Amino acid sequence: MTRISGALRSPLTFSVLAGLLIGALFLVGTGADPLTAYGAVLTGALGGDGIGATLTTGTSVLGLALALAIPLRAGLINLGGDGQMVLGGITAAVTGLTSPLPAPLTVALALLAGVAAGAGYAVLAALCENHFGVPLLVSSLLLSYPAVSLASYLARYPLKEPGSSLPQTRALPDGVALPAFGDSTVTLGLVLVVLAAAVYWFTDRRTAVGYEIRMTGLNARFSAYAGVERRGLTLRLMAVSGGLAGLVGAIGVLSFPYRFVDGSLTAPGYTWTGLTAALLAGAAPLGTLVAAFFFAVLQVGGLAMERTTEVPRELTQVLQAIVIVFLAARLRLPGRLLRRRSREREAV
Amino acid sequence: MFLDSDLLLSALRALTPILLAALGGALCERAGVFNIGLEGMMLMGCFTAVATSWFTGSPWLGVLAAALAAAGYSLVLAVGAVTLRGDAVVLGIAMNLLAVGLTSFLLRTVFGVQGTFDDPSLAGLPLIGGFTPLAYLSWVAVAVAGVLLSRHVWGLRLRGVGEAPDAAATLGVRPASYQYGAILLSGVLCGLAGAQLALGNVTLFSENMTAGRGWIAVVAVMLGRAAPLGVLLAALLFGLAEAAGFRLQGLGLPQQATDAAPYVVTLGALFLTTARRRRRPRPSGARS
Repeated sequence: MTRISGALRSPLTFSVLAGLLIGALFLVGTGADPLTAYGAVLTGALGGDGIGATLTTGTSVLGLALALAIPLRAGLINLGGDGQMVLGGITAAVTGLTSPLPAPLTVALALLAGVAAGAGYAVLAALCENHFGVPLLVSSLLLSYPAVSLASYLARYPLKEPGSSLPQTRALPDGVALPAFGDSTVTLGLVLVVLAAAVYWFTDRRTAVGYEIRMTGLNARFSAYAGVERRGLTLRLMAVSGGLAGLVGAIGVLSFPYRFVDGSLTAPGYTWTGLTAALLAGAAPLGTLVAAFFFAVLQVGGLAMERTTEVPRELTQVLQAIVIVFLAARLRLPGRLLRRRSREREAV
Repeated sequence: MFLDSDLLLSALRALTPILLAALGGALCERAGVFNIGLEGMMLMGCFTAVATSWFTGSPWLGVLAAALAAAGYSLVLAVGAVTLRGDAVVLGIAMNLLAVGLTSFLLRTVFGVQGTFDDPSLAGLPLIGGFTPLAYLSWVAVAVAGVLLSRHVWGLRLRGVGEAPDAAATLGVRPASYQYGAILLSGVLCGLAGAQLALGNVTLFSENMTAGRGWIAVVAVMLGRAAPLGVLLAALLFGLAEAAGFRLQGLGLPQQATDAAPYVVTLGALFLTTARRRRRPRPSGARS
């Protein structure tokens, strides 16, 4: 009983309930029945027709949620997920199109190339913070825009599919694709991302590195005093984070429609949804998994809600943000580092 | 010639929204509140300006409504970060997300369109001497903010609150009320920035039309060290990059390269200034 009442009083439950309540008010405001609408979200996302889409979207959302949760655990906010993901995607596409290796090896190579591209780009943002004093939050976000523009340029001009009017590369050769489950669009990518979540859980709970990361997030000064080398940690965490974002991009390219389509990775807003999920869970591994699934359900169910109640699906985006607004006002997350560090720099 | 007066004029036109938002951000920064919700507040201003101008036929009411709406929206940050002592960074990120969702949602429920609302009868702001009145207002705002922060007692107390809240409280200054004031003012300024963007630079509303300008404003606050004149120079740099980008596009460079130009230039400027600051550390307390 105490556990139940404790859970009810936790900021998390409060925020989610408050979000759903305000969402219901919006629904009433547009003349829809909240119960019907929420019901449509659930059946649309979890029913037989929707579950495949939910798991496909969930692959990307969970991948980016993990990518952003890992540095967040140490109080670092990586806002450059879009750029890292898109670079991973375009690199995987180029690898898939040009590799002379047999198809299965090409798939592995394309995944690795995507990871490397994302990691390399994220490390750039970490170097900006370490060596130029540009806060990670800002450097990662600003770096994101040129990367997205570059990938867009490549997909529209040098790598464009000849004869097509769409801004997309040629389709990958036959067999250069992640194996899918049955007829669905769910691929092995989901397994990879869940595996990454498991590794993160193990590292967080059972290893010294995970402990160092958590301690840095809880109290950066204490962990520095205890011997955690901050610059190196930032660099490594950003490499892992960007690598995961790059992996998501590569998975996106190696799944249906088996090519890089300009905007298809950035338009659904995986980065922001992933960040929201990571924030909601306080970057805890299992919580991030659950939150990512929750938001994938919202995102896919939003379409079903739009069909049955004619309420725009953007409402689900509003819901996500409201939950985080409530949570941020109530919870202390490891995000205060930026402010404290800039104060310290000011004082030097 | 590439660098001519035309380029400077279009740079001055491009910088107005950034400048207004960045001035708001600078006030918050001085009051000790890190405001990264500028982008969201601007976007709320854009939508309110367009919606009000459309329904009343008056762009002036649009500007007024945008300022009020963004100020109202900034209360989320004020209540969350100052009263409830929540995390300002996370709140700002959530506010930006909420604004994108909310304005897209309202665009579809109010106007029934997706993507862009663009109507020839939508009234935009008039131009006086090539600039909108809001552009002139933004230059006045720089001067007012400068005097306020360096000469006026309100500004001095605001800075005191930002630098040493406990000391300010001991002197009988209530930090919370100054921080509320700074956040609300930043809301008003962001609302004006949004109105300028949606009724001045262009006359339309499209989803996520701020497209990172609020973030550039956050960077402009850092670049200008939260001083009004510094912020003006930083915003001018961004305006120049945007104007030069358009010019290069005319010369045949792909749009993607010019899209990225302002961000790259801003980042480059951030490198240079912080790197120089590092080599020559300022004495403590000597804020520009």
